[in-house]
Amino acid sequence: MITITIEDRNGEKQAIEVPTDVNLSLMEVLKASDYPILATCGGIALCATCHVQVLEGYDELPPAGNEEMDMLDTLPDAAFDSRLACQLRISEEMNGMIFRICGE
Amino acid sequence: MIQTDICIIGAGPVGLFAVFEAGLLKMRCHLIDTLPQVGGQLSEIYPHKPIYDIPGYPDIKAQELVDRLMEQIAPFKPQFTLGERVETLAKQDDGSYLVGTSDGTLVHASVVVIAGGLGCFEPRKPDVEGLSQFEGKGVEYMVKNPEHFRAKKVVLAGGGDSALDWTIFLSNVAERVTLIHRGDTFRGAPDSAEKVFELARDGAIDLILQSNLVDVSGADQLEEVSFMGRDKVKNSIKADYLIPLFGLSPKLGPIANWGLNIDKSAIEVDTFDYSTNIEGIYAIGDINTYPGKLKLILCGFHEGALMVQSAFKYVYPDQKLSFKYTTVYGVNAF
Ligand SMILES: Cc1cc2nc3c(=O)[nH]c(=O)nc-3n(C[C@H](O)[C@H](O)[C@H](O)COP(=O)(O)OP(=O)(O)OC[C@H]3O[C@@H](n4cnc5c(N)ncnc54)[C@H](O)[C@@H]3O)c2cc1C
Ligand code: FES
Repeated sequence: MITITIEDRNGEKQAIEVPTDVNLSLMEVLKASDYPILATCGGIALCATCHVQVLEGYDELPPAGNEEMDMLDTLPDAAFDSRLACQLRISEEMNGMIFRICGE
Repeated sequence: MIQTDICIIGAGPVGLFAVFEAGLLKMRCHLIDTLPQVGGQLSEIYPHKPIYDIPGYPDIKAQELVDRLMEQIAPFKPQFTLGERVETLAKQDDGSYLVGTSDGTLVHASVVVIAGGLGCFEPRKPDVEGLSQFEGKGVEYMVKNPEHFRAKKVVLAGGGDSALDWTIFLSNVAERVTLIHRGDTFRGAPDSAEKVFELARDGAIDLILQSNLVDVSGADQLEEVSFMGRDKVKNSIKADYLIPLFGLSPKLGPIANWGLNIDKSAIEVDTFDYSTNIEGIYAIGDINTYPGKLKLILCGFHEGALMVQSAFKYVYPDQKLSFKYTTVYGVNAF
């Protein structure tokens, strides 16, 4: 189990516990926790509707691949710490990280 | 004015297949889509991805499925209005509908079928203060006529193929072209990226990397665009035009204004016949919602088949409909 903190679109923060042994992406965890993210493409880095900013821990994450970078480039509000939640596998390293849900 | 039996809003896979089901019942269809091409999400978002859950196709590329659907519905001679957004929907005294588009096209139909998917595909707009105020006054989301920008100061924003292509093209037309991009590399076509770097080295354009737009200003017309880099220092440049090019994403759009019952950006329907709360208007595919709804192409096809049975009764209240298999009667082209 790890604990990550999610900041929703209203700026409210909540810590959630996530198991690390089930091979989930952050997008799937957010959906399962009833956060309103569209994830239209179902997690294949094609819709950019699972945009998050990594407020804490950005540098410890594996770098974004080409497909993810391509999609991030289509997001006008992408910041330097932006990632696509569907491309982030839940792992031990994420313990303590803070993610902000972006977009609509 | 265009006359038809069924006006289908949205030419995604579900709208397309509905033409076939309607055709079997001898009803003609006119389809309208904001995109310049048919196929909805399949052609716009994932044309080259294989789909594995279309019955009878162990796998089929999304664009190929669209092409096959076009072939399958061709006998029923569907008509298309593409590149126009449906804005208005007005019920006439006789129960028929008048559908109006952004470009003033009018379609008169007995029945309206909304197959609008996730909504209209529209340009992604940066969340920049004051941007909407300058739309049409210097802020454009696409390049319709490059001549428009002759001898003007043009700022483009984005890092994809269209941002690169237009930067290269407009560098020969505009007085000055500036490209602002979030990253420091481009993942568009390598040739175009190389060309853009070359133009910047030669001083033919200004390339501002690792920066985002922050605000726009001007009296009436756009005059200035500001951006910020990683160093959080804000800089401004003079601009006659700003063209943010970040691709398209679907937005519910005008569908929300037609008096339909909407739940979380989807239209509530009765699963008996996929009718909405307004008689003569149906909703099928990703745009509708009901208990147990799954946003699958397969489900949208099924919804279309049931919908036309009910639409037929609305169009021809006095005729009896007998159900026929295509194996028995074949496909009788119009
Ligand atoms: C990456 C990805 C992978 C997917 N994989 C699968 C899969 O494997 N299997 C599967 O079954 N499904 C899959 N889907 C879902 C599938 O694409 C949708 O269920 C399907 O596209 C729905 O079709 P539709 O015709 O209802 O809507 P859409 O394909 O969304 O088409 C709707 C059209 O309506 C137009 N429109 C909307 N409003 C207006 C208006 N006011 N005026 C004019 N035009 C309008 C839009 O521009 C759009 O072109 C996937 C989706 C994505 C994004
Ligand atoms: S869910 Fe579509 S890009 Fe992440």
